[in-house]
Amino acid sequence: MAECHPVGFQWVMAAKKRGATVIHVDPRFTRTSAVSDMHVPLRAGSDIAFLGGIVNYILTTETYFRDYVLAYTNASVILREDFRDVDDLDGVFSGYDPETGTYDTKTWHYEGAEPDSAAPGEETRTNESAHSQKERGAGHELGGHGANMGVGEIRRDPTLQHPRCVFQVLKRHYARYTPEMVQQVCGVPPEQFRQVCEAVTNNSGRERTTAWVYSVGWTHHTVGVQYIRGSAIIQLLLGNMGRPGGGIMALRGHASIQGSTDIPTLFNLLPGYLPMPTVDAHETLEDYLATISSPNQKGFWTAADAYTTSLLKAYWGDAATEENDFAFDYLPKLTGDHGTYQTVMDMLEDKVEGYFVIGQNPAIGSAHGKMQRLAMAHLKWLVVRDLNLIESATFWKDGPEIETGELKTGNIGTEVFFFPAASHVEKEGTFTQTHRMLQWRHKAVEPPGDCQSDLQFFYTLGRKIRERLAGSTLQRDRPVLDLTWSYPVDEHGEPSGDAVLREINGYHLTGDKAGQLLKSFTEMKADGSTSGGCWIYTGVYADGVNQADRRKPGKDQNWVAAEWGWAWPANRRTLYNRASADPEGRPWSERKAYVWWDAEAGKWTGHDVPDFVADKDPSYRPPPGASGPEGLAGDDPFIMQADGKGWLYAPTGLLDGPLPAHYEPQESPVLNPLYAQQSNPTRQVFRRKDNLQNPSAGEMGSDVFPYVFTTYRLAEHHTAGGMSRWVPYLSELQPEFFCEISPELAAERKLEHLGWATIVTARTAIEARVLVTDRVVPLRAGHKIIHQIGLPYHWGVGGNALVSGDAANDLFGVTLDSNVHIQESKVASCDIQPGRRPRGPALLTYVQEYRRRAGITIFTGNELRTGDPGSGGAAALMNDASMGDPA
Amino acid sequence: MSSLLGPKDPATGAGWGNPPPRKGFFTDTSVCIGCKACEVACKEWNGVPEDGLTFLGSSYDNTGALGASTWRHVAFIEQPLPLGRQDDTSAVDLGMPSFDLPGATADPLVRTDFRWLMSSDVCKHCTHAACLDVCPTGSLFRTEFGTVVVQDDICNGCGYCVPACPFGVIDRRIGDKNTKNVGIAQKCTLCYDRIGDGQTPACAQACPTESIQFGDVDELRQRAAARLATLHENGVPEARLYGENPNDGVGGSGAFFLLLDEPEVYGLPPDPVVTTAHIREMWHMAGAPRRRCWSVPR
Repeated sequence: MAECHPVGFQWVMAAKKRGATVIHVDPRFTRTSAVSDMHVPLRAGSDIAFLGGIVNYILTTETYFRDYVLAYTNASVILREDFRDVDDLDGVFSGYDPETGTYDTKTWHYEGAEPDSAAPGEETRTNESAHSQKERGAGHELGGHGANMGVGEIRRDPTLQHPRCVFQVLKRHYARYTPEMVQQVCGVPPEQFRQVCEAVTNNSGRERTTAWVYSVGWTHHTVGVQYIRGSAIIQLLLGNMGRPGGGIMALRGHASIQGSTDIPTLFNLLPGYLPMPTVDAHETLEDYLATISSPNQKGFWTAADAYTTSLLKAYWGDAATEENDFAFDYLPKLTGDHGTYQTVMDMLEDKVEGYFVIGQNPAIGSAHGKMQRLAMAHLKWLVVRDLNLIESATFWKDGPEIETGELKTGNIGTEVFFFPAASHVEKEGTFTQTHRMLQWRHKAVEPPGDCQSDLQFFYTLGRKIRERLAGSTLQRDRPVLDLTWSYPVDEHGEPSGDAVLREINGYHLTGDKAGQLLKSFTEMKADGSTSGGCWIYTGVYADGVNQADRRKPGKDQNWVAAEWGWAWPANRRTLYNRASADPEGRPWSERKAYVWWDAEAGKWTGHDVPDFVADKDPSYRPPPGASGPEGLAGDDPFIMQADGKGWLYAPTGLLDGPLPAHYEPQESPVLNPLYAQQSNPTRQVFRRKDNLQNPSAGEMGSDVFPYVFTTYRLAEHHTAGGMSRWVPYLSELQPEFFCEISPELAAERKLEHLGWATIVTARTAIEARVLVTDRVVPLRAGHKIIHQIGLPYHWGVGGNALVSGDAANDLFGVTLDSNVHIQESKVASCDIQPGRRPRGPALLTYVQEYRRRAGITIFTGNELRTGDPGSGGAAALMNDASMGDPA
Repeated sequence: MSSLLGPKDPATGAGWGNPPPRKGFFTDTSVCIGCKACEVACKEWNGVPEDGLTFLGSSYDNTGALGASTWRHVAFIEQPLPLGRQDDTSAVDLGMPSFDLPGATADPLVRTDFRWLMSSDVCKHCTHAACLDVCPTGSLFRTEFGTVVVQDDICNGCGYCVPACPFGVIDRRIGDKNTKNVGIAQKCTLCYDRIGDGQTPACAQACPTESIQFGDVDELRQRAAARLATLHENGVPEARLYGENPNDGVGGSGAFFLLLDEPEVYGLPPDPVVTTAHIREMWHMAGAPRRRCWSVPR
């Protein structure tokens, strides 16, 4: 965090000054480790076992917060009889289909809970297959709410003794995650692990809370969602959710990445985590709403019809009428996977003509850089908007493939348009940070020269397209022509960001309040009388005031500081904060008092905005069959969950399992010690000649790639370098690409400090300067010593930046997580050799020789179900005639 | 010329009537996270040019040292010592500072006790500033804030100040003819322009963890003493202040430090003495033979 978020890290230092214990769990010893109380190095890709070990410790030492667990989690819920855990089935849960690599998740349900609609993981209402859900990354939809599960009668055992209750299932599931297993998988010594467990549990309970902070080190994996689930289970068991000082904080990769998920740049989401409609299931608005907001569902997601209609009204204004389904037909519908990596593969097949690259540098920042660059060379046109001439704009003349001869400039037909972009100080707007807080930023200076804001660019582009289409009578042009596309512009042609924020907030469209801004999403209506560009942001312009622009100093308000910026939803600073009070509505302790029930006034009150129906008495119990918010009881704090409880066990919503189970990374020199199933059996693999994978432990040739590498950022640079490698003051601080290795690995491979190393995978070989340091420690995992290589990924090959170098992400192949299509780019295996890599076409021969030695084919590493005698196995696949030339 | 010895208020000594309180930095390295924001902010504000795109492999330090084009420098020191002891109450025998090669000491599989020190160095703005003493042009001068500043338009690049500095801070800028102030002696001004306007120097403003604190030197000395006491109470006996003592060889510096090890570990001289401290004796020594010479009977 000190490394990538030094400004935010000031608050960790402030907490430390007040006595907080800071523990840093990371394969790498970073600037965070330097000021932590404890640094725990672990093997990259082993975190589920680490977190699982903590769960096991909590359960076996009975250090969980029993009152909280009983009242606020699903620990007591009884599961179906036909549910089978991974230990019963050698590494897969019940419902696994080895043919498609997907789960039929019905056996994961609560006993008695009949699934009502097609939330992710279900297929009853729309018959959407598990495969289709995987295609569209359905797990993303849960960013703003829990999965649906109907209103059936759930059976519970409040004594937590029933063998099929979640608590007992959890105990059995985690029984194998002993300190010894943690050492074997993660390389963390038991004594050190015990210290972590004690620190976390001693600092949790009525009087104290512990927070977890993670970043892409947890998400860029084929099992990333389950990493987060692992920490969620710990936090629920210890009562650290919905309480001050608790929670799980995701540190995002740039300013406003949270904003670009809330108002998404993702193919499968509409603003506010409304799912993108699909072509086969959602012919009408009614079809769509039925799948996302069943009236038979409990919780707050039932009003999704109002959110959707208001969004359509914001998009299409008067052209969205009740008669035309509020122009629902104008929305594009998904036909399959249109994620980043699928799109790149589609480019290679010439299925994609044009591509906008905005504030991103896929040639350097995305996994498998070569695939990215070769794909872009198939485009007819490419628009790059950036501060500098990044490698994604110049790969056609100075990319690595020009040197190897794989691309020839004269043969590339791609027309590249470079548009210089305005920086964040040259435009106004909001940033949404990880705390869901929107902060308004004013323009400090005019953008120089031709530089423009993204807002101006897209507004102008839209206007020009509309001018070209003007007068068209074609139905297909109506969605563009009918868009509400008019914003006030200043003398430089810059549209008003303020007007956009108002549109996002939403308006009353009819009645006495017509023209007034909405105060809250609870005012949204499904009848077309309101508009709003993103329901969760409604209220950011409440009372006609830009609430994101508030900067009341912390010293002038209470410690929750509700008047600094504005947090969605409804300016709540801590979600699910009903859980900060006990079931009767009293604070768990004075020290941790946050919101509580004021019986005299008959309402919830406290330091923060209560995340609960304001006047719902703690003793309220819903009548049988009640749905929506009324379906949740006065002690159901997790109000976006369909049962109001925190999910220790996820009966629905995930595509790869109801509980986190350790799987090895796609490429790993370590055999999964838990079961024969090596890696996530639902991960998305691409068996392609241009996406070859290193063999993992248990496969022929795995010893050719004996080391683990991980990639990361340095404080001195920003991601793929577009904002830092052109700045002399940053470039001079970290001028060259380097690899961090331990003295032991240096000795083993004869690598010299300040010399060069060549790092090789099945994709390519890159070179880096060698930095030998004690900060990298070899780990003992079982009988094996694991050497890890650290690679900062900021550099790239090109001719325009002040500093350049080989790109670490070129080493990765493309293998994705099944829930959200995230690539595994934080861990893989490799070899490392002293000296510089071969130049020109010799580089290709060099890598080819590695592939030959390791016996790599398109099936290597890509078998989904391993160790199951029924599935055919690797040997059978390797005899397949389609094996072909692995080159 | 400034006063050569003993505690003194440097601004008054330099002839300022009723100067504002002396300003300086207290750099608490125990909370430095090595982000180098100070280096970047300094260069941005003061227009200091890039100082070489060279990979030094000196831990995460590619800056190397203070110089004409580096006015803040963050040092990184890797040590096989326990982590996080600022808040631990168990005292540990430290031994001497270690300069072992990586991997030379501990068994790698138990190499979990490891420490990474970071420290942002800067011009000390000495009470007795030798650079100023030797400057023949009057380019270097004592400001009303008690700081020492080079006037670019007066400096002739003679370089006398360079060997005079006991810390090796000031230097002449090297570069081609297009480089700003090439050949001119350059160093930290404690952001003379900013503090004259009531603002905080750029480095202290940018520091996210309050490792670099700016203020009145008297108050900063109290703060430093309090922080030192806290660390000692918390079982960090090796914490020490550096440069805060008005009786040291430079009369105490305007920019002083809290260190977690010997100064040498950070590349700082252990007992700096103003190089002009003995100038009178030296003058006498230089003069005496001549007098003897004159006294030779004709």
